[in-house]
Parts: sequence; C-alpha cells; structure tokens
Amino acid sequence: MLEVRRLNSFYAAVQALKNVSISVKKGDIITIIGANGAGKTTLLKTISGLILEHDGNILYEGKSLSGLLPGEIVALGICLVPEGRQIFGHLSVLDNLKLGAYLYYDRRHKDEIRENMEKVYAIFPILKNRRRQLSGTLSGGEQQMLAIGRAMMSRPKLMMMDEPSMGLAPLMVREIFRVIQELHHDGTTILLVEQNARAALKMGVFGYVLETGEIVLQGDTKILLEDEKVKHAYLGK
Amino acid sequence: MSLFSEILQFVFTGLTIGSIYSMVGLGFNIIYNATTIINLAQGEFVMFGGLIMVFLTVVLKFPLFVGFPLTVIVVMAIGAVFERFAIHPLRNASLLTLIIVTIAASILFRGIAMFIWGKDPYSLPPFTPGSPVMIGGAVIMLQTFWVLGTTLAIVVLTTLFFGKTIVGKAMSACSFNPMAASLMGIHVRKMILISFALSAGLGAVAGIVITPMSLMDYDRGPMLAVKGFCAAVLGGLGVGYGVVLGGFIVGLLESLTAGLIHSGFKDAVALVILLFILCFKPSGIFGSEEVSKIKKF
Ligand SMILES: Nc1ncnc2c1ncn2[C@@H]1O[C@H](COP(=O)(O)OP(=O)(O)O)[C@@H](O)[C@H]1O
Ligand SMILES: [Mg+2]
Repeated sequence: MLEVRRLNSFYAAVQALKNVSISVKKGDIITIIGANGAGKTTLLKTISGLILEHDGNILYEGKSLSGLLPGEIVALGICLVPEGRQIFGHLSVLDNLKLGAYLYYDRRHKDEIRENMEKVYAIFPILKNRRRQLSGTLSGGEQQMLAIGRAMMSRPKLMMMDEPSMGLAPLMVREIFRVIQELHHDGTTILLVEQNARAALKMGVFGYVLETGEIVLQGDTKILLEDEKVKHAYLGK
Repeated sequence: MSLFSEILQFVFTGLTIGSIYSMVGLGFNIIYNATTIINLAQGEFVMFGGLIMVFLTVVLKFPLFVGFPLTVIVVMAIGAVFERFAIHPLRNASLLTLIIVTIAASILFRGIAMFIWGKDPYSLPPFTPGSPVMIGGAVIMLQTFWVLGTTLAIVVLTTLFFGKTIVGKAMSACSFNPMAASLMGIHVRKMILISFALSAGLGAVAGIVITPMSLMDYDRGPMLAVKGFCAAVLGGLGVGYGVVLGGFIVGLLESLTAGLIHSGFKDAVALVILLFILCFKPSGIFGSEEVSKIKKF
C-alpha cells in the first residue's frame, strides 16, 4: 500500500532522515519506535506532503506522492493525526469534525458526513456530549480523541498516528490504544509512531527502529520485543 | 436648533462615521482570521474604493450599478496582487515583519494614488438624489441610510461566512494552525489570498458609500486604519458583531466630543479608548477571554 524508498528529508541545511525505507501492507499495523529527535515526526510529515525538501520515492498504491499537496494526499486516503493533537481550539468540537470532512463537505455528501460523524461518536461518545464545547477547553485525552475523530472524518485508508499516547494518563493511553485496535479491525491500515515502545510494538505486526534519522533495525514485532538492544534502549530493561 | 435635535444630529453623524470604522474593522478581521496579520494598508483599500469609483462613474460616466461592482473587483484585484507579491513570498517571515510590510504597502499605495489623482479631494453624487429628511429636528442625508444599510448587510454576511460556512471556518483554521489546516486538505495559501481579496473588496465598498458624504483623497487611509483598528480591538478582534459595535462606539464618542466639547479632540478619542481597552480588557468587550487564551495572538 505504502512504499517509502531511500528517503532523505531536510530542514534547510539539516538532514533529518537518511536513506529511510519502510513498507506498509494493506490491513497491517506498522510500528515505528525511536527516541526523541530520531526523525519520526519528520517521516510522517514528509509522507503527508508537509516537508517539501526531500528526495527518494514515496509510493502509495503504486503512485508517486512527490509533488502532491497535503490536501491531494489526504484525498488519496492517507491522513495524519499529528503530534500534539493540533486541534482547532478556537472552534467547537463539531466544527473540528466538520473540517475533517473539508474535502468532501457539500450537500451531495450530507448523508455520508452524518454517517461518518455517527461512527466517530460511536467510538468516542464523549465527543457527542461535548460537540458544542470550545475544543480548546477539552482535556488532553479528549483532545486526542477529537484529533483521531477529525482524522476519521477524512475517510482514511491509511491512518498515521504520531505519538497518540504522549502526555496522557495511563487509563487514557489504554483507551487510545483500544481505539486504534478498533479502527484497524474496521479495516483502516495503521502506521503508528510511538515512544511508548512496548505497547506500540505489542499492537503492531511489523516494526522499525529509527535512530538519528536512520532505520537501524526492523522485523516482526514479536522478534523486536525480544531483541536485547531494543529491550535495553526502549523497553527499560 | 434645540439641544435635543443637536445631539440627535451628532448621533446620526456618529453612526455614519462609525459605520465606516466598522467596515474597516471588519476588513481587519477577515485577514486577521486567516493569518493573524493586522493589515495596516486596510485604509488604502477604502481610499482606492472611493477614488476608483469617482474615476469610473464621474470621469467615464459609468452608471452606479456598473461602477460599484467594477470598483469592488478592481480593488479586490489590488488586494490579491498585494498578497501575491508582498505577503506570499515572505511566508516564513515573522508576524511582525509581515505587519511592517503592510505599512510599507500602505505608503506605496498612497504614493500611487497621489501620482494618479493628486492631492485634491474628490466627490461623488449621492446614490439616491433627493433632499435630506428631518428626524426630530436633525437633518439626515439620504446617503446616511445607504451607509448604515451597507454596514448592516456586510456584518450579517461576514458573520454568516465565519460562523456558518465551512469555508469561513476553514479560513479561521488557517490562522489558528496552518499545519493542521493543510492536513485537513485546506489550501492555506489560497485561503490567505482569498482573505486579502475579500478584505480589499470590503474596504472598497466602504470607500464607495462614504465618498458622497465625506469626499475622498489619497491620504485618507491611515486615519481610517487607526480608527478601524480601535473599533476592532474595542469590540474584540475576530468577533464580527463586536467589531461593528466597537466602530459605532468610537464613531459616536468622536462625534459627541467634536460637537459638545471641541472638534480638536475628535481624533484623540479613538486613541484614548484604545489605551483604556488595552489596559483593562485586552480581549475587547465581546472577545471571549477563553478564546483569546487559546489563541496565540
Ligand atoms: N522545523 C525544524 N527545523 C529544523 N530542524 C528540525 C525541525 N523539526 C525537527 N528538526 C530536527 O529534525 C530531527 C528530527 O526531529 P523529529 O522528526 O521531530 O523527531 P521525533 O519526532 O522523532 O522526535 C531533530 O534533530 C530535530 O531537531
Ligand atoms: Mg515527534
């Protein structure tokens, strides 16, 4: 579904990704772990079309994404739940969800939008109760739910999540991981980036370890979870 | 003339100039909502509106209903060109830099206008001919109703645009978080271009309706920008109806000061209001403190 081949990304003179190749098959949950500053966010942003300076290939269903605008990439079915949630705090919960459907928001799609919104509310009932509330006043966990809900509204086939558990209480982290599982179960392919390595690896089928902009290790998550280096560096043992 | 009718006269004058400040304030609002930039060339859009309308209808003798939309389109194009050539290339610049660029643009626009039209003020015939009406002893020119009606229409339209339409909400998302807005598929640069064009068009409308009452010259912009900015800050930047009420308050206080105290104090009123509001309620009368805490600027 998604093939990233020998990708290099740059911030002006700084090279943040070196020769990164990953592959995501339809229906998978793929996990990428790595320390702070390893380049995880840069990788997801490059795939989303937000970082213009890059070379290498990004292929989605056989088609190159290079040169496409972020909106065109969303339209193809790739969406990013960005690091730090990035919800529109000055707008209501409902308006945030509507903007998630921005690309097909018109009268023709009224029923589909309502259906998708009901799906979001079914997974996050609290968002329905809070739909008129200013989203900036939601708690961190609720904001993460909204960020995921907003992404769901864009009808993604591949959902990329950048550290969705960051800064959340343990109970909320479990809830978010449960939701990711549920989305996967409903047919969404997931590319999950986490510092919470153990939980993320347990969920995925295949994993990559990113260190200072390079993939240093990859394999089935079962194998990675038993790997001595991974255990030492990322699992706190 | 009795004191009552005199005060009534000042009130009508105040409402009329207040309308113009409101429209300038709403122009600020649109660009601010899309970019958080305060466009200090907003007053020049008003000036262009008035002077281009004079050129089209007085010099070229176009009828009102042709000249009006044509003027708005020309000024919208000026706004769009301004965005493309002065704001767009600086997309990575700081907010302060961009605001200073708008000051530079306002100086340039004034220079161009002076080159074309000279320093003389120009007038337009009123939209509807006829003698003024008397209300409670006050004399009201018919053009006053055009000004008030236009303001009302524009407030309603902009409030609906930002409050009810998906494009308006998307535009406000662009200033709040451009990165997240792109991830929703919103074309941020296009939204910013549209915001400049809309705001310029709104300025043009203000200039067209006010010129029959108060004339127009190349140098009218800066004072309008200052007053409109006061209106916007007083009402709460980003809040449409707040900005309009702010404009009316500034206009009324200004006209009453000029009439009852001394016309020399007139222009100071707005600045005094601005100082007060910035000291005691920086989010403005109608701006929600909740929202202003969430917003960055
Ligand atoms: N906007 C930026 N400008 C310059 N360098 C950046 C920028 N964003 C990130 N970097 C650098 O790129 C590298 C990777 O960052 P990032 O992708 O955010 O890592 P991670 O998400 O894994 O924590 C870091 O060294 C970081 O300092
Ligand atoms: Mg990151």
